[in-house]
Amino acid sequence: MPFIRHPKDFWSGVLFIAVGGFALVYGSKYTIGSAARMGPGYFPRILGILLVALGAFILIRALRHDGPAVPRWKWRPTVLVIGGVIAFGYLVQWLGIALSTVMLIVLTSAASHEFRPKEAVISGVLLAALASLVFIVGLGVQLPIWPLQR
Amino acid sequence: MDILGHLAIGFGVALTPLNILHALIGCLLGTLIGVLPGIGPVATIAMLLPTTYALQPVSALIMLAGIYYGAQYGGSTTAILVNMPGETSSVVTCLDGYQMARKGQAGAALSIAALGSFFAGSVATVFVAGFSPPLSALALKFGPAEYFSLMVLGLIGSVVLAHGSLLKAIAMIILGLLMGIVGTDVNSGVQRFDFGIPELSDGLGITGVAMGLFGFSEIILNLESTEKRELVARKVRGLLPTFAQLKAAAPAVLRGTGIGSVLGILPGGGAMLSSFAAYALEKKLSKTPEEFGKGAIQGVAAPESANNAGAQTSFIPLLTLGIPENAVMAMMVGAMTIHNIQPGPQVITSNPQLFWGLIASMWVGNAMLVILNLPMIGMWIRLLTTPYRLLYPAILLFCSIGVYTVNNTSFDVMQTALFGLLGVLFVKLEMEPAPLLLGFVLGPMMEENLRRALLLSRGDPFVLFQRPISAGLLIAAALLIVVITLPNIRRTREEAFVEET
Repeated sequence: MPFIRHPKDFWSGVLFIAVGGFALVYGSKYTIGSAARMGPGYFPRILGILLVALGAFILIRALRHDGPAVPRWKWRPTVLVIGGVIAFGYLVQWLGIALSTVMLIVLTSAASHEFRPKEAVISGVLLAALASLVFIVGLGVQLPIWPLQR
Repeated sequence: MDILGHLAIGFGVALTPLNILHALIGCLLGTLIGVLPGIGPVATIAMLLPTTYALQPVSALIMLAGIYYGAQYGGSTTAILVNMPGETSSVVTCLDGYQMARKGQAGAALSIAALGSFFAGSVATVFVAGFSPPLSALALKFGPAEYFSLMVLGLIGSVVLAHGSLLKAIAMIILGLLMGIVGTDVNSGVQRFDFGIPELSDGLGITGVAMGLFGFSEIILNLESTEKRELVARKVRGLLPTFAQLKAAAPAVLRGTGIGSVLGILPGGGAMLSSFAAYALEKKLSKTPEEFGKGAIQGVAAPESANNAGAQTSFIPLLTLGIPENAVMAMMVGAMTIHNIQPGPQVITSNPQLFWGLIASMWVGNAMLVILNLPMIGMWIRLLTTPYRLLYPAILLFCSIGVYTVNNTSFDVMQTALFGLLGVLFVKLEMEPAPLLLGFVLGPMMEENLRRALLLSRGDPFVLFQRPISAGLLIAAALLIVVITLPNIRRTREEAFVEET
C-alpha cells in the first residue's frame, strides 16, 4: 500500500501547514500583547496555530483513507496564460497598449488546442485598436499607445 | 415611514435615466456572462470594479447587482439550449430544460424560466424591502461580541455548500482570514506580512484576488479540457408556453420563489443552494416524479424562480448586517468599501437613497430582463456560437487592463496572475476558493471586533458565550457543523454535487 493514500488531501495538508507555519515564524516579529490588549501579532498567531493544526489533521487523515490522484496538470495553458498576463503587465508601460495587446492575444491564444496563428494575429490587431480607443482615448487611462511615447 | 414610502424613495433614485442605464448595463453584462459558460459573476464583478470608481456609489452598486441577478437569468439559457450550466445555479435547470429543448419545447422552457424569474424577482424585492429595516434595527444593538459571533456563523455557513471535505473548507476560511491580515494594522500602524513591498501596505486587492482565483483559473481549466459544446436549437420558435404548461408551472414558481427567498437569507445561501433545494422539493411533491429529468416543466420553473429569488434576498444580510454570505456578496463588500461605504446596519439610515435605490433597481432590472431577453434570445444564441478560442484572450485582455488601471501598477497584474495560478492549484487539490474569499473579506472586520470584544471584557474570552445573542449565534454555528457532518445530510450533499459534474 502506498504511503500517501489520499494525494489531494495530503498535498492540501502540506500547503496549509506550510502557510500556517510561515505565518507563525514570519509573524513572530509582531508584538503579541494580551487578550485584553491585542498586539498586531495576536490574531495572526491564533490563525497560524489553527491552520497548522487543521493541516496536520488533514495530512494524517490522508495517510489512512484512500482518495483520487491529483489530476495531471497540463502546463501549456497555465504557462502561456499566466506568463502572457505577467509579461503584459510589465511591458505595457514601455511597449504601449497596441503592441502589448497583440502580444498578449497571440501568446494566450496559443494556449488553446484550437490555436490558429493567423486568426490570433487578426484578433489581436482588432482588439488592440479597440482597447486603444476605449481605454486610452475614451476613458483616459494613463498608458501610451505606442512604444516609448511618454 | 412605511414600505411604500421607502419604495417611493427607492424608485425615485432607481428611475433616474442614469441609474436606469446602469441597471441596463448590469443586466446585459450579467446575461452575457450567464450565457457564456466559463466566466462567473464573481470574476465579472471583479473585472468591472475598476470601472465603477468614477461612478456615483448607488449607480455602481445598481450595475454590479444587475450582473448577479442577470447572470441567474442568462445561465438558464445555456442550460436549456446547450445542456451546460452557464452558472452553477443553473445546474439543475439542465436536467429538465435540455430535455424540453430536445422535444422542441425550447421556447416554452425559456419563457417559463424568464417569467418565473421575473415573478420571483418581484416578490423578492418586496421581501428585501420588508425584512431589511427590522433586521438592521436589531443589528444596531449588536456589540463587538455579537458581530464576531455573527461572522463565525457566516463563515461556517459558507462551508455548507463547499465540495468535499468540511475540514479543508474550514482551513480555506482560515487561509483567507490570514490573507486579509496582509497590510497595515489599523490599530498599531504596523505593516504586517508585506515583505517590504510597498504595494502591499494597503493589503492584497480584492479585485486581483477574486479575478485570479475565479476568473483566470477558470479559463486555464477550460483550456485543459477539449470537450465541445453542442447547441440543440439554433432557432427557437414558439416562445409562448401553452395554457396547460402555464398552469402546471405556476405552483412550482410559487414554491420556488418561497424557498429561494428564505434560503437566500441564510448564511451560505444564495442562488445556488436555492435552486438545488427547489428542484428537490418539486420532485418530492410531484405526483409524477418519474417525469423529472425527462422534460418536466416544473423542473425548470421551480429552480429558475428559486435562484433569482435567492440571488436577491442574499442581499439582506449584506445590507442589514454588513455580512456577505457568499462570494458574490463578498465582492459587493469590496465595491462598497471602494466607495467609502461601510456595509452594515447604519447604511439604511445614513444612506437611505442608496439603500432603497438599490432595492428598487432590482425590480426595475428584473422587468428589463424579461422585456429585453425574450425578444433578444436569438442574439444570445448567436453569442453562444462564438468560439471560445476567440473569447478567452479578449477576456484576459480586459481583465489585465482593468487590474492595471486600479493603481496604475504592474504589481497588481502580477498579483492577479499569481492568484490565477493558485486558483488552478486549488481546483487540482479540491480546495474550495469561495470560503477563502469570504474569509479574506471578513478578516480585518473579524480581528477588529474580536479585539474590541476582548478589550471590553478585559481579556475574558467567555464574553462570547455570556451575551445571549452572541452565544446563540455561536451555538447556531456549532449546530451547522454537526448537521453538515451527519451521515445522511453528507450523502445528500455529495449527491447534489454529483449531479453537477
